Amino acid sequence: MNMIKSKNSYFEVERAGVNTTFQDRGRQNLNHIGIPVSGVMDKRNYILANALLKKDLNSPVIEFAYQGPLLKYKGEEIFIVLTGDVKFQIVRDNNKKIIGEPYQVYLIQNNDKIDIQSTNKSVYGYISVSEDFILDKTWGSYSINTKANIGPNNGEKLSNNQKINIDHKKKNLTITNLNYVNSKIEYIRVLRSMHFDFFSEKSKNIFFNKEFKVTKLSDRMGMRLKGQVLENVVNSNIKSEGLVKGVIQVPSDGNPIIMLSDHGTIGGYPKIANVISADFDKLVQMIPGSAIKFKQVSLEEAEKLFKFYNLETDNLINQI
Amino acid sequence: MIKNILNLGDASVYCDFGKDVNKEINTNVINYFNNLKDKKIEGITNITPSYNKLIISFDLDITNFLKIKKIIENLEVKKKNENKKKFIEIPICNEKKFTLDHSRLENLLKIKYDKILEIFFSKEYFCYMTGFIAGMPFLGDISEKLRAKRLETPRVKVPKGSIGLTEQFCNIYTYESPGGWNIIGNTPLEIFNKDNQKNPALINPGDTVKFKQISEDEYDKIKK
Repeated sequence: MNMIKSKNSYFEVERAGVNTTFQDRGRQNLNHIGIPVSGVMDKRNYILANALLKKDLNSPVIEFAYQGPLLKYKGEEIFIVLTGDVKFQIVRDNNKKIIGEPYQVYLIQNNDKIDIQSTNKSVYGYISVSEDFILDKTWGSYSINTKANIGPNNGEKLSNNQKINIDHKKKNLTITNLNYVNSKIEYIRVLRSMHFDFFSEKSKNIFFNKEFKVTKLSDRMGMRLKGQVLENVVNSNIKSEGLVKGVIQVPSDGNPIIMLSDHGTIGGYPKIANVISADFDKLVQMIPGSAIKFKQVSLEEAEKLFKFYNLETDNLINQI
Repeated sequence: MIKNILNLGDASVYCDFGKDVNKEINTNVINYFNNLKDKKIEGITNITPSYNKLIISFDLDITNFLKIKKIIENLEVKKKNENKKKFIEIPICNEKKFTLDHSRLENLLKIKYDKILEIFFSKEYFCYMTGFIAGMPFLGDISEKLRAKRLETPRVKVPKGSIGLTEQFCNIYTYESPGGWNIIGNTPLEIFNKDNQKNPALINPGDTVKFKQISEDEYDKIKK
């Protein structure tokens, strides 16, 4: 029998970056025992990274924040792509430097380096490779949750000098690139939540009319905002109950916190509103210091906007 | 019974069973949870029970709020057969090094520590929910005599296996974690086992827990 031999190739992590993890769509149906969903922060850029390499759209990718990793490649040639608003360069074995463009597929050879310098006025970026990372699933997902230490790489972010192993089967690939610019958003659209009326009339007005600043205390678990304090006139402590991505909780100090991918499964602060699913990708890319304005929409509008968001993503995939 | 079904954002349903926290309401929440879980409804991505709420998240690509709401309204909630609920015995060692809040509890409750333990071990506890950190059970109700406030300043690190008390509940820290509950002992048992891909949590909502006091020798033997 003629066996197709797969060869192992790998990246050497020469610089790990700020918060570099493997992510996919996250793990489901485990919230009831306290296991968070996790998964990519910016879903569209994740999908595009895999689509550009004609991979299964559920494949794991490397997610990075602010400064990405510096990776040295060892092995037979491979294709890579970066997505997001990312500044990077490829340093060839002969020291020739190529300025990288996101959404363009590159051929990488033995000893080439990928130097992901920064995300431009955004937080998250992605890198996908044409072959498969050698990783183990934890409860059905490759996502790393560094707070709960769940997922591959012992649930920890990537560190300097480690290896990322790749199962090299030499897939054929016809290269197609994509012209895509991540657009900014004027408002983050929300639905009112069940505890909206816990807040004073003045605070409700502030919530929809004033700006809130994204603070540095923001990560994959949540985004902490600062603005005019929201005054709870009913009860600032509720009995702990479940949380979902996009919930905006307001603890007793009056500053909103938005739950993101790695959020804990239960919490005891009132929920003033929820970010709509169509705006998650844009929300998570807002850097500390950016101003957020909230705009109220109805459930029907939110559902329509999500359909539109999906259509846009599908159109991009069809261009590839 | 469910008092109110609301949307929580555009991709989850919030079932409100009322304001009270008691075993009866929570049993009802857990019945809904088990029945929904068994139905394996397409598009549902998580069902999260808590004291008196049930939150159902779904994939907006597959279904939507009104469809899930209808399913819940028409759900025939059968009482789960009792043998599906587990009875679990948890050994605890109460040697001084494990009882971080020994004197705090004596002062707050105005009861000698031996008596505190006697009251604590005399009851069985019901698991209301699991969460906060992976596998952490929220067990109740503890005796009225043992109800103590949270620590004013939470600990940065509560050791793994610690048993904590606050208000009507006790819990078990499945990992080393920050926390503000009053610590009365430590269990050598692995309450949450990451390597168990099927049933990582030893205690699930609806289970009953009985604590058993053990010596330090026994503790070390189990821990190995």
